[in-house]
Amino acid sequence: MYRRILRQLLYAAALILAVLVLNFLLIQLAPGDPAEVIAGEMGGASAEVMAAIRQQYGLDKPLPTQLALYLGRALQGDLGMSYFYNRPVVDLILSRLGPTLLLVATALGFAMILGTRLGMLASRNPRGIASALVTVLSLVGYSAPVFWTGLMLVILFGATIPLFPIAGMIDVVKQGGPLVRALDIAHHLVLPALTLGLVYLAQYSRLTRASMLEVLGADYIRTARAKGVGERQVFGRHAFRNALLPVVTVAGMQFGAIISGAVLVETVFSWPGLGTLAFQSILARDYPTVLGILFFSTLIVIIANLLTDFVSRLLDPRLAGGR
Amino acid sequence: MTAPARTTVPAARGPMAEAWDIFRRSPSAMLGLLLLGLVILMTFAGPFLYQVDPFEIVWAPLTPPGEEATIPLGTDNLGRDILAGLIEGGSATLAVGFAAAAITMLIGVVIGAYAGFYGGIVDDMLMRVTEFFQVLPPLLFAMVVVTLFQPTLVNVALAIGIVSWPQTARLTRSEFRRIRTLEYVSAMRAIGAGDGNIIWRVILPNALPPLIVSATLTIGMAILFEAGLSFLGLSDPNVMSWGLMIGSGREYLLDAWWVVTLPGAMIFLTVLGVSLVGDGLNDAFNPRMRER
Repeated sequence: MYRRILRQLLYAAALILAVLVLNFLLIQLAPGDPAEVIAGEMGGASAEVMAAIRQQYGLDKPLPTQLALYLGRALQGDLGMSYFYNRPVVDLILSRLGPTLLLVATALGFAMILGTRLGMLASRNPRGIASALVTVLSLVGYSAPVFWTGLMLVILFGATIPLFPIAGMIDVVKQGGPLVRALDIAHHLVLPALTLGLVYLAQYSRLTRASMLEVLGADYIRTARAKGVGERQVFGRHAFRNALLPVVTVAGMQFGAIISGAVLVETVFSWPGLGTLAFQSILARDYPTVLGILFFSTLIVIIANLLTDFVSRLLDPRLAGGR
Repeated sequence: MTAPARTTVPAARGPMAEAWDIFRRSPSAMLGLLLLGLVILMTFAGPFLYQVDPFEIVWAPLTPPGEEATIPLGTDNLGRDILAGLIEGGSATLAVGFAAAAITMLIGVVIGAYAGFYGGIVDDMLMRVTEFFQVLPPLLFAMVVVTLFQPTLVNVALAIGIVSWPQTARLTRSEFRRIRTLEYVSAMRAIGAGDGNIIWRVILPNALPPLIVSATLTIGMAILFEAGLSFLGLSDPNVMSWGLMIGSGREYLLDAWWVVTLPGAMIFLTVLGVSLVGDGLNDAFNPRMRER
C-alpha cells in the first residue's frame, strides 16, 4: 500500500519534471532569439533587461547547462519574471489560482451530483422521459461549443432576465462583511459554473445511466432482490455504488479537458482566474506567464489524477490490493 | 479494408453491408448524415450560389437579419455580410477539423498498435509518453503552440492533433491486445507472416470498427477545438471561420444577438451531425449494445 503510494508520487514527480523540460524545449524551438521570447515581443525590452535575461538564463552557455539552470530555478519555485505585469510569474499565477479552482470545483460538484442522480433516475426506465432527457442533454452537451453556450446564457440573463451578473467575480461597489462578499461571489459564480458544469452534467448522466444498466444485470443484484431487499436499496446501495466507479475514473481522466473548458468559460465571463490570465498574456506575448500557466495547470491535472486514484480505491476495495 | 476473406462458411454479405443496414434504419443516424451533408453542401456549393466576399463591408454595421432584402442574415459590427461569413467560415473549420482528426488517428493508431502488439517494454515506454501527453491540458497546450509558432491553419491542425491522440492510442492498444491473442493471428504467425504484415494487414482491419467510431467523434472534438482557438483569436486571422465570427462579435452580443448566435448554431449543428453519425456507427458495429 505505502510502496504503491510512494511509487505513484515518484511517477508524478517524473511527469512534473517532464513538463518543465517541455516548457524549456518550447522556448528553444520557438522562432527567434530565446531572450526576446522570454522578454516578450510586445514589451520592446530595453538593452539592460535583455542582458539580464541572457545572464540569468545562461543563454550564452551550451543547451544542457541552460536546461540545468532552468530546472534548478523552477524546482526552487522560480518560473521567471513576467515582464508584462512586472511581477514574478509564480506570484501572478498564485493570485489567480483561487478563482479557477473555485470555478472548476463548483462546476464539477454540480455536474457530479446532478449527473449521477439523473443517470440513476434514467436507468430505472431505459425508455422513459428521464432517459430521453439524458440522451438529448448528452448530445447538446457534447455538440455545443462551451463558449457559445456561455454567450447564449449571457444573452438570456444579461438582456432578457437580468437575474445573475454576467461578468467578473465581485461587485466593487458592494460594501459589507465576509458573508456579503461570499454571497456576492456565489452570485457571480452561477453562470460560469453552470456553463462549464452543463458539459459534464451531460457526460456524467449518460455514463451513469449506461453503467447502472450494466450493473443492474449483474448476479448480485438478482441475489439482493431475491433475498427481499427493497428497490430503493437495490438502486441506491447495491447498484449505484458499483456504477459510480467508471464515472469517477472518467471524471479524473478528463481533468485536463475541464481546465481547457475553464479557459474558455473564464474568457466569456471575465472570471479573474488562470484562463483569463492565459488569454491576456498570450495577447501580450508574455511567454513566461503563459508557460507558467501551462505548468501549473498540468500540476493540477497530476494532483487530480492522484486524488481520483485514491477515490477509486475507496469505492472499490479490490483495487486497494495493488495491481 | 481487405480483411482476409478465406472463411469456410460462405458469408452472404460482408460485415460492412450489415452495419450499413442497421445504420440506415436509425432515424437519428440518418438525421446526422443529413445535417452533415447540408453543411458540406453549403460549404462547397455556397460560394457559387452566394457570391459575396465575407471580408467586404456591404452595409451599415449591426443590421439585423431580414431588414435588408440583399442581406438576409444581417451584418456584423463592421458591416460585413453574416451569410457570406457562414458559408466561407465552414471550409476552414471543416478542413482543420478533418485534418486534425487525421493527424490524431495517425499518431494514435501507430503508437497504440505497436504498444498493444509488442507489449512488454515497448508498451511501457509508449504508454509513459501517452500518459505524459494526457496530463497536458489540451486547449492550453494548443494555445501555447499556436502562439509560439505561427497561427496558420496547418499549425492549428497540428496542435490539435498533438494534444488529442492519447485517447486513440489507448483504444487502439486495447483492441490490439485483445486481437493479438486470437487464433487467426497465431495462424498467420505459423505460416510465417512478419510482424508488420500481422499488425497492419491482419489485426488493424479487425480493429477498425471501434476506430472508425472513435475517428468520427475525434472529428467533432477537433471542430470544437478549432472553434475555441479561433474564438480566442488564435487561429489564422486572414481566414474567415465560425469561431472567429463569434470572437469578434461577442462585444456586441447584447445589441446584436445574431452576430454570435448564428455562427455558433452552425458549429453546434455540424458537431451534432458528426456525433449522431458516430452514435449510429457505434450501434451499427455493436448491435448487441443497442439497448443502452
